[in-house]
Amino acid sequence: MKLITAIIKPFKLDEVREALSEVGVSGITVTEVKGFGRQKGHTELYRGAEYVVDFLPKVKIEAAVEDGILERAIEAIEKSARTGKIGDGKIFVSSIEHVIRIRTGETGASAL
Amino acid sequence: MLTWMKQLLAGGAMALAIGSTSVMVTSPAFAADEAKPAATAPAAASAAAAAPAAPAAVPNKADTAWLLVCTALVILMTLPGLALFYGGLTRSKNILSVLVQCMVVFSLITVLWSIYGYSFAFTEGGAFIGGLDRLFLAGMTPDSVAATFSKGVVIPEYVFMAFQAAFATITCCLIIGSFAERAKFSAILLFIILWFTFSYLPIAHMVWFWPGPDDIKDAASLDAITARAGWLWQKGVLDFAGGTVVHINAAIAGLVGSYVVGKRVGYGKEAMKPHNLVYVMIGASLLWFGWFGFNAGSALEANGSAALAFVNTLLATSAAVLGWSFAEWVLKGKPSMLGAASGCVAGLVAITPAAGFVGPMGALVIGAAAGVICLWGVSGLKRILGSDDSLDVFGVHGVGGILGALLTGIFADPALGGTGIWDYVSNAANPEYSMGGQLWIQAQGVITTLIWSGVVSFIAFKLIDMVIGLRVKEDDEREGLDISSHGESAYES
Repeated sequence: MKLITAIIKPFKLDEVREALSEVGVSGITVTEVKGFGRQKGHTELYRGAEYVVDFLPKVKIEAAVEDGILERAIEAIEKSARTGKIGDGKIFVSSIEHVIRIRTGETGASAL
Repeated sequence: MLTWMKQLLAGGAMALAIGSTSVMVTSPAFAADEAKPAATAPAAASAAAAAPAAPAAVPNKADTAWLLVCTALVILMTLPGLALFYGGLTRSKNILSVLVQCMVVFSLITVLWSIYGYSFAFTEGGAFIGGLDRLFLAGMTPDSVAATFSKGVVIPEYVFMAFQAAFATITCCLIIGSFAERAKFSAILLFIILWFTFSYLPIAHMVWFWPGPDDIKDAASLDAITARAGWLWQKGVLDFAGGTVVHINAAIAGLVGSYVVGKRVGYGKEAMKPHNLVYVMIGASLLWFGWFGFNAGSALEANGSAALAFVNTLLATSAAVLGWSFAEWVLKGKPSMLGAASGCVAGLVAITPAAGFVGPMGALVIGAAAGVICLWGVSGLKRILGSDDSLDVFGVHGVGGILGALLTGIFADPALGGTGIWDYVSNAANPEYSMGGQLWIQAQGVITTLIWSGVVSFIAFKLIDMVIGLRVKEDDEREGLDISSHGESAYES
């Protein structure tokens, strides 16, 4: 089992969710986040005061998947989240040691 | 302007005895004769003419209704207009502190106004402060009347008192924007009490108190009446609705406060962005709406002067919104909502002293100038001054107020479409107008207010700093005043 963590542009969230459902991902967790990368921030001007806003709003998606659909899931995110412009985001993959479904106590793949 | 006209009841009788009896006795007949040529209020004039033998003028019901509505409009300017305008400009952790300051200061000043404020501002005393006749509103009844700017036209003294109370409250609430987000609540209340007593009341008396026009018949009686007026009124300062009394007075107090209280923690290093420009827009719009009562109501009658002030409040403000927005667009790249709202308030401030004295085209020039120059007030001038005037009280109200006061002297000139100065002896606008002379008189009003209020504020702040301290603790300031001073938060986090 792997944990896919993807940082994407907020307006791409619905497309990414649909693409992941199509490849069989059964659930995702979404968090609104801020951060910086290569995409530049912007400046805001309030009367005489100018502020540089470095941190841009992004959406973080977390999805736990079985090894068998990992490649297809990654591909689905890549395709659906891509605009081709700087700031499209990143995908991180890490291993999961253990999974438990709270309601039933099931563990491993059957808990996903 | 405005006055407490001596009632022709018990208090009036005493004044009669003190004043020139022979002149006073003939006054009703003269008032009736002269009301017609004045032609500023035809309805009121005919009413006065119909009752030449009446011992006292009776308030016109339309004037009374209009002033009651205007009073409520001016109250709307503070609650919630100014409160939202200021609240939106703060960071989200401090909005409630500003709202509660506005509401409590409003209420505090209203109470003080009834106890001693009205008496010291609007009864006859010296040239600098009024008397004690109306302490605790003593002797005021539904039949008491106050003079207007037309001979033989009066309004109930209760509505005049309430209308002026609304002015005193918003002036005090204006100041808190300068040291928002860091001042101690108890220190603010203490300061407001001291400043209201030692700056607002004298300045209001100096600029606005006079005994009313009814007894003016010739040059001698004009001089006699003028000699009983406030110091700046005697000099001839034109301030229709409060450029000096309200805006310059409050702005310099705020500026002094921003120096003495000191900068906010992290000022210049951390972002201190307005947290809700929607509130700012709503607040500015409510201020504009209420300002029609503030300016047009200052005519004290439902007449042509009120209509002129209304139109000028409409035109100057629109010109100022355009002035600020386009200047910002050209100089800074983008026209902003905050810029439009700030321009709106700047225009309202600048037209306040001029509202009933300048023509509509003069109002457009005053508004446009205020929009552009106040943009400099909150950017270039703010950097020069170097203090942390959190919500730019001086940049908008001080700069706009001074500009408006001076331009009133220019555009009140009949040659530039203004009304000129009313001559109560000939009962017509004086055709002669000295622009340079009036400009100098206006400047004296500005300078007097800046020095008086500045000195009073400095002493008051220093005194409070020594006794209870002006600022909240640094940790409390970082946490936000909503939680640390008031135990609540505006938003779910």
